[in-house]
Amino acid sequence: MPKKEQTLKEKITNNALFYTLLSILFGFIVGAIALAVAGYNPFSAYKEMFYRIFGRPNWRSYSFIEYSTPYILTGLSVAFSFKTGVFNIGAEGQFVIGAVAAVLVGIFVPAPAVILIPLCIIAALLAGMAWGAIVGFLKVRFGVNEVLSMIMFNWIAYYFSNFVVNLKSVEVGGGKTWTKLIQDNAKITFGKDFIANLGLSPKAHAGILIAIVAVFVIWYIIDKTTLGFRLKAVGYNRNAAEFAGINANRNIMIALAISGALAALAGAIQVMGVNYKVSQFAGQEGYGFNGITVALIGNTNPFGVLLAGFFFGSLKFAGTRFGPPSEVVDIMMGCITFFIAVSSLLKEIFTSKPKRGAD
Amino acid sequence: MDQFMKTLGIIINATLMYTPPLLYAALGSCFSEKSGVVNIGIEGMMTIGAFTGAAIGYFVGNPWLAFLGAGLAGAIFGLLHAFACVTCHSDQTISGTAINFLGSGVAVFVCRMFFEGNTETHPVKQKLPRILNGLFESLAANYPDGIGKLFVKNGFLDNAFNTYASTYIAFLLVLLFWFIFFRTRFGMWLRAVGEHPKAADTLGINVFKVRYICVILSGFLAGLGGASITLATVSAFRPSVVIGQGFIAIAAVIFGKFTPQGAMLGCILFGFCNGLRVILGSSSVIPVNLISMIPYVVTILTLVIFVGKSRVPAANGKPYFKSK
Repeated sequence: MPKKEQTLKEKITNNALFYTLLSILFGFIVGAIALAVAGYNPFSAYKEMFYRIFGRPNWRSYSFIEYSTPYILTGLSVAFSFKTGVFNIGAEGQFVIGAVAAVLVGIFVPAPAVILIPLCIIAALLAGMAWGAIVGFLKVRFGVNEVLSMIMFNWIAYYFSNFVVNLKSVEVGGGKTWTKLIQDNAKITFGKDFIANLGLSPKAHAGILIAIVAVFVIWYIIDKTTLGFRLKAVGYNRNAAEFAGINANRNIMIALAISGALAALAGAIQVMGVNYKVSQFAGQEGYGFNGITVALIGNTNPFGVLLAGFFFGSLKFAGTRFGPPSEVVDIMMGCITFFIAVSSLLKEIFTSKPKRGAD
Repeated sequence: MDQFMKTLGIIINATLMYTPPLLYAALGSCFSEKSGVVNIGIEGMMTIGAFTGAAIGYFVGNPWLAFLGAGLAGAIFGLLHAFACVTCHSDQTISGTAINFLGSGVAVFVCRMFFEGNTETHPVKQKLPRILNGLFESLAANYPDGIGKLFVKNGFLDNAFNTYASTYIAFLLVLLFWFIFFRTRFGMWLRAVGEHPKAADTLGINVFKVRYICVILSGFLAGLGGASITLATVSAFRPSVVIGQGFIAIAAVIFGKFTPQGAMLGCILFGFCNGLRVILGSSSVIPVNLISMIPYVVTILTLVIFVGKSRVPAANGKPYFKSK
């Protein structure tokens, strides 16, 4: 029997993007209410917000390069883990470990840029992989709940980083609580000429290109390789996958290692492109936790995550400068995520028809 | 010996100071998880509770009213989470993530509205009382030669146990909830709902109602946890007072195999290590950051060596669809 043609309405109500856009609309509405309650005119506030994102070339580059890149990668990390049936709540710690690995290589390994930059990135990837894989190992070997161990590892990474930052040979000295700067050879900031031509901010960096490449790589792994197939199979139904001869334990570790590597890459890029150092933390920075939101807004699809990362990053940037408290953006993001969650009810209402007797 | 007893007293006191916020939140988490609803929004619920407690504590003054208000604020977020997870069959992780964002976002946003644009409240007028204070003082004054000696100011017992009411309430709640979980009909319902909602439903247990109650209660308790920071440990709200403790509470619950008494042990472990860190941190040759890692490393090692697998309630994280 030929497949029944979907009506336009069915196409829309079956499409995840429709619910995401609806949720974003709701998020903006609630944000407007919050703004109004706090005594701001929501329309002019939103206008200012968009102006702060798009108004000037260097604002655009702040929005879409500096602020978005880390969220795209941590979002990708979390999204990948969701696809494979684990919940990477440890991206926060993996991010930190990646940053530490990159900063150490960037400070201490004397090498020309073409070697040093890949070296920093590889160091971060390996560190992140290891950090993720340990959690996987604890889960499959000792049955330690991965959510619990990742929460622990977030804090261990946090204090480990603070420990490294305060080492005599690493700290910058003079009572300052951050590391020495990485060598110029390890920086991935665009050259001055390039910037002048494109009107980007002085801190625009090549990390965004790396992030986009990562998006394609992860999409390829998930959709086009047997590894991706096995990972999804384990995520979807572990018992069925094992019955089909897939080694679930091994695949869980691989999934967590790749997920860890992605978050660590975000940390490395933040060091090599933006900060050039690691500072002592006063609190967790939230890149990993925000990655969860980005992954969810992006519907755990790699390209969705890319867009969600741009969306999240640009609003975060604009939120710091558009006048009203930046927490409006947090409220909006929270609402968007919440509406995405409850849109499952809408979907049930839209798509459930009294079909009994038919088919 | 005196020095030792004094230090011991301080460590116990610090443990009793750092444990309650985690304990309230962990008990809340127990209810929610045990009934089959994953609640990673505990962090956000604690934050809103911490702020509400501090705000009422400043504007109204009565710390008990503030404490209760904080619980109610948390309960409202619990209601949101319950609506999403139970009524809408939402993905519970998504809803919890949203609650975390909303909790901290709303707390700081409202804080700025009421406190001249600051992200920090003014100190509360009155902290929660030290309930044993009067007893200790009267014992020390009335029986200066006998039993009163034990209760003198800055004596061991005074140093160790003369702490805020919120601490004692938290530990009493463990007892109460243990009873509810394992000795009452409602406890049986909620465990059944978390393990096999369909079977529970068949037996006439209202799955939706039980889950709603448990999730709202988890918000209420997380709110109390937040307030026990701002009304006892410190006396004002700022965005960093909660950071991470909600997640630690969740970890403590998994550590404690989803029972109130187990979660309590987990919380005490974290509370104790936190206390130890504060004591050792100031005067130690070991870098403070390495000491700070201890609780987290110890937790994982404990699980690896002694505790082993923590079995998640079977229906945890799965929305329940009532078949028609």
